[in-house]
Amino acid sequence: MSARQILLLGGISLAILGMSYGLWYAVFAEHQALDGIGHSLSSGFQAADDRQVDVHGHWIGLAMLLIVLAIGFDHVGLPEKIKLQLAWALFLGSALFPLGVLMQTWSHGPLPRAVAVLGSGLVTVALAGMVLGLMRRQNA
Amino acid sequence: MATPEPLIASAPLDSEGFARLSARRLLTLAGIGMILAGMIFGDIFAVFVLHQNAAHVGGSLASAAQAAADGDVAAVASHFKNTGAFLENRGTKVDTHVHLIAFGYLALLLALVQPWVKFAEASRRRLAWLLVFGAVLLPVGVFLIHYVGLAHSPLRTIGWASIFADLGGLLVLVATIGYLVGIGRHFLLRQAFQPDKLLRDRSTAARWLLAGGLCLILAGFVHGAYYAASDLYRHEEADYKILSQMSSAAAAHNQAQINQSMTDYGQLQGDKAVKIAAHAHIIEFGLLAMLLAFFQPYVQLSEIWKVRWAGVLLCGSVLLPVCVLLEMRYGLLAGGIADIGGLLVIVALLAMWIGTLRYTGSVDAMTSGAQP
Repeated sequence: MSARQILLLGGISLAILGMSYGLWYAVFAEHQALDGIGHSLSSGFQAADDRQVDVHGHWIGLAMLLIVLAIGFDHVGLPEKIKLQLAWALFLGSALFPLGVLMQTWSHGPLPRAVAVLGSGLVTVALAGMVLGLMRRQNA
Repeated sequence: MATPEPLIASAPLDSEGFARLSARRLLTLAGIGMILAGMIFGDIFAVFVLHQNAAHVGGSLASAAQAAADGDVAAVASHFKNTGAFLENRGTKVDTHVHLIAFGYLALLLALVQPWVKFAEASRRRLAWLLVFGAVLLPVGVFLIHYVGLAHSPLRTIGWASIFADLGGLLVLVATIGYLVGIGRHFLLRQAFQPDKLLRDRSTAARWLLAGGLCLILAGFVHGAYYAASDLYRHEEADYKILSQMSSAAAAHNQAQINQSMTDYGQLQGDKAVKIAAHAHIIEFGLLAMLLAFFQPYVQLSEIWKVRWAGVLLCGSVLLPVCVLLEMRYGLLAGGIADIGGLLVIVALLAMWIGTLRYTGSVDAMTSGAQP
């Protein structure tokens, strides 16, 4: 699988995952929470969990970034092998980071935080690599 | 008699890929249009609703705490209900703004990948219409949730506006899955990537937008990581703690503590809001800049103006998040400059959209000229 395929197919798959999660959350949790929030503020606060919205937003946001990077991959001036590693790091990080955030709604232990930190670290480092590659290409 | 502009449309016109009613043209124009509409809606919401709404929420909470201190149970319930309604009003407006812009980005992305979607043009166009219809239906439905409520709804907790909003989301999901299948077919058939005019552009404006956008996104990620490490859990803990203190103070009839808790809660919510807003906006503007970099061949303006608008967009993209972050310290001054940053982004985007419309006019004129 080429780096561009990983980013493109991975990005659209993550976007679909994020949308499906958002749709599920809207239908089965959010509307009921909105209804409840008008009658009882305290129960509304318990039901409306910011983390759920963060998961939906981050999965789709990172997915769009993957697709943009797939489209502009020709502009990144790095060897193919490194580009492939960056693409895998970006995809795995983009999948893991919101998953770690989602896991925090089930458990407050160290594992969910570790997953979220690992995911965000992978995305940040890979993106920094992309910036370097882009600068190399522009200087070339 | 109209004279041709030599500096404009120096690139050859893409009459096939950007033909009238093609999926790519529909997604491009609708995408930029949705982003513009979402941004203008966000600005109007920020100026005319957000601040007043925050004051209402604060006032209702203060009244609820006072009523609790006075032992008036009915008044507490009434004030909490009002606070809930204000929060719902704010939440649905933010969701409208965010979804309209995000669907605009998605439409632009899908416009770019059209050459890799292995379907007939008619099928791609149907998917594009489905996506645009759903992408408009969802934010309109979400916006109406606060006003329609549960009127005439067949369900106990979900109103008609929510039902249509969810239907809009489902349509977007189906269209996106359709495009994924089309791209999957392209890869399964092991077809090479077709050379695409949009992806070959190396103009100055495109390079500025691409590099600037990537740097903005990286800055947003670093800021997000810093926020998560230093503030996120502290904020969540403080949220619960301050509300508990407020309840305890109300039960103990301690007016001074109630007032202090109210002040602390307002500060906390403000601090949270500006940090999250700065993080979200810098990344979104970065993504927008990168997307617009690829569409520069379709912006029919002179090269120098394309560079100027790219500069204006990047300038506004930095100004808004930075000034939003400074809002807690410098108040309205920073808020006003942040609004100017947002306006710069909107004006630059509008200029590029008009440039793209000019391009469509040229393509149509060329096509109709070719067919006697």
